[in-house]
Amino acid sequence: MFDNLFIIVGRHIISFFYFLGGLANLTFKTIYFSFTPPYKKDRILEQAKKAGLDSLPLVSLIALFIGFIFALQTAYFMQRIGSELYIASLVALSIVRELGPVITALVVAGRVGAAITAEIGSMQVTEQIDALETFATNPVKYLVVPRFLALSLMLPILTLYADAIGILGSYLICVFRLGISSSIYLRVTFEALWYKDIFTGLSKTIFFGMIIAIISCYEGFNVKGGAEGVGRATTRSVVFSFIMIIVADCVFTALFYFIFP
Amino acid sequence: MKDMIEIIGLEKNLSGNMVLRGVNLNIKKGSTCVIIGRSGCGKSVLLKHLVGILRADKGRIIIDGKELSLLTEKELDILRLQIGLVFQGGALFDSMTVGENVGFGLIEHEHVSGKEVLERVEESLGMVGLSGISNLMPSDLSGGMKKRVALARALCIKPQIILYDEPTTGVDPITADSINELIKNLHDRINVTSIVVTHDMRSAYRIGDNIAMLYQGKIIAQGTPQEIENSKDLIVHQFVNGLAHGPITENIRLL
Ligand SMILES: Nc1ncnc2c1ncn2[C@@H]1O[C@H](COP(=O)(O)OP(=O)(O)OP(=O)(O)O)[C@@H](O)[C@H]1O
Ligand SMILES: [Mg+2]
Repeated sequence: MFDNLFIIVGRHIISFFYFLGGLANLTFKTIYFSFTPPYKKDRILEQAKKAGLDSLPLVSLIALFIGFIFALQTAYFMQRIGSELYIASLVALSIVRELGPVITALVVAGRVGAAITAEIGSMQVTEQIDALETFATNPVKYLVVPRFLALSLMLPILTLYADAIGILGSYLICVFRLGISSSIYLRVTFEALWYKDIFTGLSKTIFFGMIIAIISCYEGFNVKGGAEGVGRATTRSVVFSFIMIIVADCVFTALFYFIFP
Repeated sequence: MKDMIEIIGLEKNLSGNMVLRGVNLNIKKGSTCVIIGRSGCGKSVLLKHLVGILRADKGRIIIDGKELSLLTEKELDILRLQIGLVFQGGALFDSMTVGENVGFGLIEHEHVSGKEVLERVEESLGMVGLSGISNLMPSDLSGGMKKRVALARALCIKPQIILYDEPTTGVDPITADSINELIKNLHDRINVTSIVVTHDMRSAYRIGDNIAMLYQGKIIAQGTPQEIENSKDLIVHQFVNGLAHGPITENIRLL
């Protein structure tokens, strides 16, 4: 009974380290090929469009509602202590430092990461990846590098956009529902936001973009077992991306807290 | 004539299954070798070794005088561009049009103008009898058409070696015959070296200079079409004549 338990736990631990090793290996290869010519701008732009532009509607919607919700929830407490004015600063800081980056990353992981895994996975099961190799085209260079660069480039931009929309959402609630004056709201918001808040918020999203790209490509390449396998890999890719994003966020937050007190 | 492809003692284990158990096969430059064998005996696996998609566990593969396992990644890529592999399932890139698929090798590796790519693509599609479909997507094609597009894609890079994995399976008899003719023409006119995996004995006799039979991970017989057709070996005899009873099926029952 306990023997079995050890074996099962052991197997999981081993496969987890195997997974991490695979991710590390793919990351190194991707970075190596990112810096080796030829550079194909078109493919990066195509992926940037898929990851960035096409995510705008969803990101807008979610950021706007987060802004609404967050303003209302904060207002509940701030009104109790009679300092509605600080809703603006609290919302601005939370969104720019934390909510904007993480929510954008999660949305992109669910929307774009899943699509990447499904696409690469079905290429794997139909031997298209093998076909790339027979044409002397490295699959990492051809498939992963453009997605990696596009995601790590687009995520900060999307996040900046989501920050703005989130703050807009909160502005709408505060100005039109809670009766805070527009000019005061904006002034308090900009006074609260320092460059370092924007910097720390955006810089970590570069890494979130890399995490999403690497995990979703890795899962795609490792699909086994036909269409069902593609489905399983897509789920795994989203789940692991979520976990890794949250873990990385925790690490970065702690790091920044001590580096930029 | 010297050997273009030499396979010596090739062994491969795929997830615990000994698929190849010491394959020995030599193919002369400019000749066509047909490989026959039952479904699942490892023919596709063998072809994948020749382009370095799969790596041998044991044994050597020498192509055009170069041993595959000793090549650097770059040298292997150069060699790969001289080999066209027609995948059993086509393996067309489904995010690209037929034209982009066929021209893939050119677009990626040769610095040719867009106009020349178009010409070469049309020429290759013409060779397989599919001119004028380069704007379609692979998902718009029938199974047999996909197969022929895959063939055109392999031809487009003008390879010296072409590996066909069941090129005539799933196409109508007339198309099958024209594909056989194409294989024969390429052999007669531009002296390509080919390996054709097929189950279709009629095609095998028509196009092969040599026929080799893969059985239980080894090449158990090799010879000219006449030799194979009249082979005294019971296993070969059962296979080429498509008999339900004989040593192959009895062996399976024993296992
Ligand atoms: N990637 C793989 N992982 C594990 N086993 C594999 C893999 N590829 C092939 N095999 C196994 O190797 C054996 C040979 O497969 P292969 O595809 O070469 O058969 P084949 O001779 O081409 O058959 P067919 O005529 O049906 O195409 C099969 O038993 C298959 O299960
Ligand atoms: Mg096969």
